[in-house]
Amino acid sequence: MSGFSGITGRGMVLLVLAALGLAVAPFVADRYLVSVLTTVLWFAYVGQAWNVMMGFSGLLSLGHALYVGLGAYVSAALFVHFGIGPWAGMVLAMLVAVVAGCIIGFLGFRFGVKGVHFALLTIAFAEVARIGFDHITWVGGSGGFFLPVEAGASDPLNLRGSPMLFYYVALALVVGALLLSRVLLHSRLGYQWLAVREEPDAAEASGVDLFRARMTAVAVSSALTALGGVFQAFYFNNLFPEQVFSMGRSIEIILPAIVGGIGTLVGPILGAFILTPLGEALTFLIEAGGLDLPGLKQLFYGAALVVIVVFRPEGVWPWLARRLRLVRQPGEGA
Amino acid sequence: MAALLEVEGLSKRFRGLKAVSEVSFTVPEERILALIGPNGAGKTTTFNLIAGVFPPDEGRVTLKGRNLTGLKPNQVCAAGIGRTFQIVKPFGQLTVEENVVVGALARERSVETARIQARAVLERLELADQANRPARSLTLPDRKRLEVARALATRPTLLLLDEVLAGLRPTEVDRMVEVLRDLNRREGLTILMIEHVMRAVMALSDRVVVLDHGEKIADGVPAEVVADPRVVESYLGAEALD
Repeated sequence: MSGFSGITGRGMVLLVLAALGLAVAPFVADRYLVSVLTTVLWFAYVGQAWNVMMGFSGLLSLGHALYVGLGAYVSAALFVHFGIGPWAGMVLAMLVAVVAGCIIGFLGFRFGVKGVHFALLTIAFAEVARIGFDHITWVGGSGGFFLPVEAGASDPLNLRGSPMLFYYVALALVVGALLLSRVLLHSRLGYQWLAVREEPDAAEASGVDLFRARMTAVAVSSALTALGGVFQAFYFNNLFPEQVFSMGRSIEIILPAIVGGIGTLVGPILGAFILTPLGEALTFLIEAGGLDLPGLKQLFYGAALVVIVVFRPEGVWPWLARRLRLVRQPGEGA
Repeated sequence: MAALLEVEGLSKRFRGLKAVSEVSFTVPEERILALIGPNGAGKTTTFNLIAGVFPPDEGRVTLKGRNLTGLKPNQVCAAGIGRTFQIVKPFGQLTVEENVVVGALARERSVETARIQARAVLERLELADQANRPARSLTLPDRKRLEVARALATRPTLLLLDEVLAGLRPTEVDRMVEVLRDLNRREGLTILMIEHVMRAVMALSDRVVVLDHGEKIADGVPAEVVADPRVVESYLGAEALD
């Protein structure tokens, strides 16, 4: 599964159906379901953003909450302190995240920090941000940073409005990230990323500038992730460093791609559609069964994850795509 | 005959161990030069010094008069040197064709054009029927061929081949020898090859350089070199004289 496999007619039909379903969902679903779907789409989006680094370029980041948090705080601060709306603010939000990503990338790639050690570097930066933002009182410190909320406001230019607005923004982010990932993967840069992921030495001998290829992957991934942060800030209207930058959040971001299929285009989206509903269903079942023990949900959730990862180590999507013949198999022509 | 590659006084130590010591030789344009010698003689280290994997302690490498010393591998590739790896390094999850496309993209910005070039190279290396298979599923002989195909796709003026015949059966050796001879004769590709298969060395090379303990001990036409007593003693063994 290099991500290049052509889609079959059957796959195309399913893709169109899924897109149509998601497009009309808010008109048929109730408020709760729309909020669940928005969460699903958010994780699908940041999962895709993370996938650019790990899935395409082989760079393990366990600190992607850093870029979410930077995007969220920068756009929120611009809005609260200067009245600059998110559509303009996201530019600076992405820029700040890219700068942070490039600092991590520079340290990692310039000094040959590889694999898990690179991952530690990404965790370290996210942790520094978590603790650091606790002390930046300009954005609320540990007490949290709040965006003004007006009941019934409808101001799409400032991303203020109904849950339906946020649902469609999240959907647009997912579709945009999917299209961008596809274009990138089929580009010269995409081939170079995959080569670097597979065999850095051979990639370099084939003319790939490793430093440049890796830095662009970090830049693209951090910029996309920061957009997810902007969304989060305006959707939830409150930011706490302990949540936004937390290690737990970083792990939540990478789970959809791992479950769905690292390095595939559809994997992170499918993964989000498996994991978030699974979590919600467990909550519902546990409450319905009257077994409201603390940690019980996490226990089941963890067990489900183990089952998926043990039985489908390459992710659910590659297996599903083969079984349902959604993509062309090698040998069936390009 | 103008020199394409000039290696002058190349030395490299690893923690005090002299891997390569003051090695000099030239590869003339459009010729095939074989680098032979016992295991640990410094052949692959010499290759890595030329390819820019690490810089030499002393000495210089020039290609057509251009100094390549201290360049990184991707810059050496851009300068016109393609290489294979002794322990093959395919991009395992990519298809055979995609592997070669990566090589072609070294000089080509358009993926479509690179794909056309890759297909032509695959034809050449008799890998066209495997184009859509994942590289990791190939047999060893095909992986060796893929190494050559990927390096060739970067359109080098000099091709460095690190034991591409090792582990192949005699018929497969003959096929590869034919391909290499053809590339050299028809397209004027200059080749520097590390090789243990003496039959191929004798069949292909215009010149042979022998390394032993990091030093050059012989340099000449194949017939001359295999008759050299020092070469026989250090590398070929007495039976080669029979």
